[in-house]
Amino acid sequence: MQSAVDLGHAGSPSKMRRMPHRRVARWLVTAAVLVALLALLPLAFIIWVAVQTGWETVSALVFRPRVGELLVNTTLLVLLTVPIAIVLSVALAWLTERSDLPGARLWAWLCVAPLAIPAFVHSYAWITMVPGLHGLWAGVLVSVIAYFPFLYLPISAALRRLDPALEDAAAALGLGPWRVFWRVVTPQLRLAICGGSLLVGLHLLAEYGLYVFIRFDTFTTAIVDQFQSTFNGPAANMLAGVLVTCCFVLLGLEVLVRGEERYARVGAGAARNQQRANLGRATTPSLLLLVVITLLALGVPFITISRWLIAGGAEVWRLNEIGLALGQTLFLSLAGALLATVAAMPMAWISIRAPGPLQRLLEGCNYIVGSLPGVVIALALVTITVRIALPLYQTLFTILVAYALMFLPRALVSLRASIAQAPVELERAASSLGRHPLNALWSTTIRLSAPGAAAGMALVALGIMNELTATQMLAPNGTRTLAMAFWSYSSEIDYASAAPYAFIMVAMSLPLTWLLYVQSKRMAGR
Amino acid sequence: MSFLEIRGLHKHYGPVAALAGVDLEVASGSRTAIVGPSGCGKTTLLRLIAGFEAPDQGRIVLDGEVLANGGAAVPAHRRGIGVVAQDGALFPHLTIGDNIGFGMGRGDDKRAERIVELAYIVGLDKAILKRRPHELSGGQQQRVALARAMAMKPRLMLLDEPFSALDTGLRASMRKAVAELLEAAGITTILVTHDQAEALSFAVQVAVMRDGKFSQVGTPRDLYLKPKDRMIAEFLGDAIILPASISGGFADSPLGRIAVDTNDSRDVARIMLRPEQIGLKRTSREGMSGTPDMLFGEVTESEFAGSTCTIAVRLLNNFDPPDAAAIGNTPLILRKSGMDAPMVGEIVRLTVSGKAHVFV
Repeated sequence: MQSAVDLGHAGSPSKMRRMPHRRVARWLVTAAVLVALLALLPLAFIIWVAVQTGWETVSALVFRPRVGELLVNTTLLVLLTVPIAIVLSVALAWLTERSDLPGARLWAWLCVAPLAIPAFVHSYAWITMVPGLHGLWAGVLVSVIAYFPFLYLPISAALRRLDPALEDAAAALGLGPWRVFWRVVTPQLRLAICGGSLLVGLHLLAEYGLYVFIRFDTFTTAIVDQFQSTFNGPAANMLAGVLVTCCFVLLGLEVLVRGEERYARVGAGAARNQQRANLGRATTPSLLLLVVITLLALGVPFITISRWLIAGGAEVWRLNEIGLALGQTLFLSLAGALLATVAAMPMAWISIRAPGPLQRLLEGCNYIVGSLPGVVIALALVTITVRIALPLYQTLFTILVAYALMFLPRALVSLRASIAQAPVELERAASSLGRHPLNALWSTTIRLSAPGAAAGMALVALGIMNELTATQMLAPNGTRTLAMAFWSYSSEIDYASAAPYAFIMVAMSLPLTWLLYVQSKRMAGR
Repeated sequence: MSFLEIRGLHKHYGPVAALAGVDLEVASGSRTAIVGPSGCGKTTLLRLIAGFEAPDQGRIVLDGEVLANGGAAVPAHRRGIGVVAQDGALFPHLTIGDNIGFGMGRGDDKRAERIVELAYIVGLDKAILKRRPHELSGGQQQRVALARAMAMKPRLMLLDEPFSALDTGLRASMRKAVAELLEAAGITTILVTHDQAEALSFAVQVAVMRDGKFSQVGTPRDLYLKPKDRMIAEFLGDAIILPASISGGFADSPLGRIAVDTNDSRDVARIMLRPEQIGLKRTSREGMSGTPDMLFGEVTESEFAGSTCTIAVRLLNNFDPPDAAAIGNTPLILRKSGMDAPMVGEIVRLTVSGKAHVFV
């Protein structure tokens, strides 16, 4: 593998061969650097505030018991939620993709469907059903339920793309089914598990609404509290600084575990179709697991929303208000998704084709910014626009940039995984068939990663639809999205009036989630 | 007697019959090749023997142990059968050394030693053991796959078109090396291929497969010289097929009186000659006169290809066969040494050596 930096210089022995490839690489590196620089703006803002505040105030704000408490809370949340979600997702993915479970296709869809329910709606559903729910374990429960599809999707896609010849080979070498799974299948899932875990971890760090409902304090809720109560810039910014450090740790861990493996198939020809394992007596417990997960992840929100809709009757359906919110939400989601995907493309290509120190740095920038709570990015953009470019303050442009920055990792993870599955040889083959390098890239890797790009776009759109804090701060005056309306009703404990918005958010997310599901199927050519 | 015994094997995929009653016997320590066009069911047969799938009907018995009987089958990991897949199927997440050692116990203290030894046997350098599969060439990957399969000392080795991804020169040398290696290790081997030359040169027993059945099983020489029908004849190599009447061990054909491998008598029969049985001798139009018992032809095409030269010869006279008119206009396609091949327009005398094969 070649590093991005090497690509920028002339490699003497193979100079002739690498020329066109290098030019494309330079283009893409430039684009990626620009995106990363833009993404760094909010981070630079935090540092700038810290510098302005001065070391004494900073250390007074950072080294205090409250921060320690938040750190313990956040760390425990991540350490408990991610492993549980990994085990659950691998089990569900294997059952739905590789076993003869009755109704596997339906279950596969039901495992993705929880994505259609915003995290704070999950939390709203649980808190109105079990009002006493609060604290760490409640946080872990709702987080696993709300976020495991982020792991399930890449893992099931990877399982589907695995070459069954490898499993055959391991079986012929005398390994029983369990050992084949552990020694051959699991290592191949590493990229998917790493990507998914990172995504879940970042959500845990950035989520606000979910934890407010169940009264569990994380850095993000504390930062929002600071802003809302005192507008105390430095205090909130220092908390954000600690949060950024947490993201650094998460990112470093992922890079460490992911390594620089090659995951495309070795060898020629198309892979055989996979066979499904016979569950036999394990069928009933397996079905039970899926039923329980479905009840927790879909049943609880469904029952709660229905209950409030019935209780609220016709009067909670204020159609003018709802229609306006719907239109605005749709527009913002689609525009933001498009922007984020286009911005993620160069980075994704470089991270697979030319990984190296520069690439890791750039990618790291994007992840860190994407993992910042919406409110931090929003505040940074508010301050920057007010001070430097006032005409851009509270414009469509600014809110879309904020969305792109926040949701870049979603687009990036999907794109990266699908580019990793498109062998570089195809790109070279297209070049050798006389395509211009950019054209070769377009007709092979980009075409093959189109399903991944679509999946990424759907994920971004879903995120924007359910985004709350940044939208509140940055959107042009008069904007009221579904999430904003839902939040303002439910914080007034008007759960019935909030229900139609929850219902519409779920109903609108469902087709996108369906698209995600279909695309991930198609990615495997089924 | 036979080490592997297969009886009445059937396998369906939905309405499609991949195997429609396959019988096969393989002697211990021998090499068998299964050859057939793609889609004939040969890979399915291999997968059933390996235990990746269970047959619908039929038995597979290896060394007295029933591996599959109807739907009941011993799973692949308890069969002790080595498999080398078409593209090697190396584990991309492991080094070459770990790939080779994959089937060995991890606590095995002789593991490292064995890995080096196996690498040496298949002709791989020790330095390669720390690399990853994608850093190796196709030939090296195949060697690793072979070493990996040999590491568990299999009772039977299955090779699924292992040489098809390699280039021609490498293919021949790999084939020879693998045959010798397995012979030396005394491992019974079954090779699946669509390349007839590979099958004929590799195996002591060749089975030709078509539409989920074996159409003929025998030694390479038998199959080549005495194919059961025209399709097998042409699948295994170039064939000259002529109408003839046969009696008393001879055939009267457009090429004259030719010895055949049967004593039957029939007025209408089809005989087959391999092109290498026909010899050419340069002469001229003048040389033709006064020799009514000799056969002459004119070279109409000559295609030079280095060591060989493909020549088309149009017969100038023939010997009053049953349907001479039809054959008279069809040139014979012969492959001759490139050294001294006749040119287009030259007149040649044709001679036939050996016996012709009569199709039943």
